[in-house]
Amino acid sequence: MAWFKRSKENIASDSVKMELPDGLWEKCPGCGEIIHKKQLETYLWTCTKCDHHFRIGSQEYISILLDKASFKEYDKKMRSADPLDFVDSKKYTERVSDTIKKTGLNDAVRTGIGKIHDKEVSFACMDFSFIGGSMGSVVGEKISRAIDRAYKNKIPMIIISSSGGARMMEGAFSLMQMAKTSSRLARLAEAKLPYISILTDPTTGGTTASYAMLGDIIIAEPKALIGFAGPRVIKQTIGKDLPEGFQTSEFLLENGFVDFIVHRKDMRSKLITLLEYLA
Amino acid sequence: MNKTVLEFEKPILDLENKIVEMRKYSEVLDIDDEIVKLERKVQKLKENVYNNLTRWQKVQIARHPERPYTLDYIELMTKDFVELHGDRLCKDDKSIVGGFAKLDEYKVMIIGHQKGRDTKSNVYRNFGMPNPEGYRKALRLMKLAEKFDTPIITMLDTPGAYPGLEAEQRGQAEAIARNLFEMSKLKVPIVVVIIGEGASGGALGIGVGDRILMLENCWYSVISPESCSSILWKSWDFKEQAAEALRLTAIDLLRQKIIDRIVHEPLGGAHTNPPAMAAHLKMVLKEELSQLVKLKPDKLVDNRYEKFARMGVFNE
Ligand SMILES: [Zn+2]
Repeated sequence: MAWFKRSKENIASDSVKMELPDGLWEKCPGCGEIIHKKQLETYLWTCTKCDHHFRIGSQEYISILLDKASFKEYDKKMRSADPLDFVDSKKYTERVSDTIKKTGLNDAVRTGIGKIHDKEVSFACMDFSFIGGSMGSVVGEKISRAIDRAYKNKIPMIIISSSGGARMMEGAFSLMQMAKTSSRLARLAEAKLPYISILTDPTTGGTTASYAMLGDIIIAEPKALIGFAGPRVIKQTIGKDLPEGFQTSEFLLENGFVDFIVHRKDMRSKLITLLEYLA
Repeated sequence: MNKTVLEFEKPILDLENKIVEMRKYSEVLDIDDEIVKLERKVQKLKENVYNNLTRWQKVQIARHPERPYTLDYIELMTKDFVELHGDRLCKDDKSIVGGFAKLDEYKVMIIGHQKGRDTKSNVYRNFGMPNPEGYRKALRLMKLAEKFDTPIITMLDTPGAYPGLEAEQRGQAEAIARNLFEMSKLKVPIVVVIIGEGASGGALGIGVGDRILMLENCWYSVISPESCSSILWKSWDFKEQAAEALRLTAIDLLRQKIIDRIVHEPLGGAHTNPPAMAAHLKMVLKEELSQLVKLKPDKLVDNRYEKFARMGVFNE
């Protein structure tokens, strides 16, 4: 798991907030434009000037992609159990409970069943705001159960990834979630049920190296950071600066690892069209 | 005598050197009793040290440069090994080796990470850090094994999948994900053995199987202690604490029900007696295979699926 920042985007969010005291304005990390929150929401948290896609959470994606009030959430109360009694500079249990308070979420993924243009889908969406969208036992289990619901109800599976990778504080348990979710997807594929994987900024580490890369169709939002190793680690390894555009959605498209890139405003209509072919 | 001595092994080595020294004089001086005494003392000290290793010390043994690697085990355990190369897409990755081999009466496909012993061979093997081609070669060989009803043995020993430009460009994440997906439904037995370092996705990429075995002095986790230290403690100096916190040893993983069985090593580690280590591992592998080959392919796949489905701890 990596908490990397790309140098371009290193404009600290606190300093932005200090400049903009009422909290109703956001500075675009892409072009520096100051945008009102209402306007951001209207444009699905993208910049009208430079098309920068702001990081958003599961609640926002549900409102953007699913039919109104169609989403029924499952396993909402599932929480981490701290199987290793993990302590670094802070106790893992404290880290989790603090994050729950701060975000109002119980872990880094929301799962359930919703509708897209009246078609039922099993839907999972990660939240980067919860410990870097890291995948531990809860994320692995909730994603696995979401895949089970797709399998049992014979409906398509859609997963939106936004994750720094596996969660260190659950050690090998986190690692095994990669195998667990991938084997679930293998069973879904054997049943000829579709799985659409949507990659958003950032999708790295164990998340990329499991369900994120296993879609029948893989879609990315523009300019998202997508990779296995974090850029900082690669830079350290090769001892050189990384080429412009390395590990972006566009880089993955060029190298053959995503089917297409789509602007957030067109995501829903693309999914509707795709589902006509797949389900 | 081993060339590389770990810090905690020094008191043992000092005593052993003393015995060698005394033997030189034993013909002229009557010190045989003294030597026997000292030998007993060494044995006690060894037992004391090696039965009480910290997690970080085990990590160091797992990385010992004289530790047997995949090709050593193949050499010591099997005959008629036919190495197969290449992923049929891009190139031949030297950090993963594999091929057909005979483990006595069992014809098997053995695939494993391969490190080098010196600078030259380490560069050749990329320090046991595979690029996507390595995982794709492994998958090609596994599919070949499935086609010819051949059980698979994989050996894990890597500091991680290689974090390089070309690796990303050619889809490191996709290659690993694909292997997890495909390995979960292969219709032949798969026995996985962690023989050294099990670093994260780079290890797991050939690590999905019916039985997961782990040599006594190995580590297997989501991240190395050093990287964990640098991210969580924001410094490289907390590797010992990170190793403790990650609970990454064979005993830890057996308790976590992530591995099925610990394979004991000779006192002092696998590198102190590779033939004995290999002989013991061979016996264990044959024992596991004899059970797995009895299962019908569908049952095998169902069990494997259930096995990984159970992994994870949470509250609801
Ligand atoms: Zn902008």
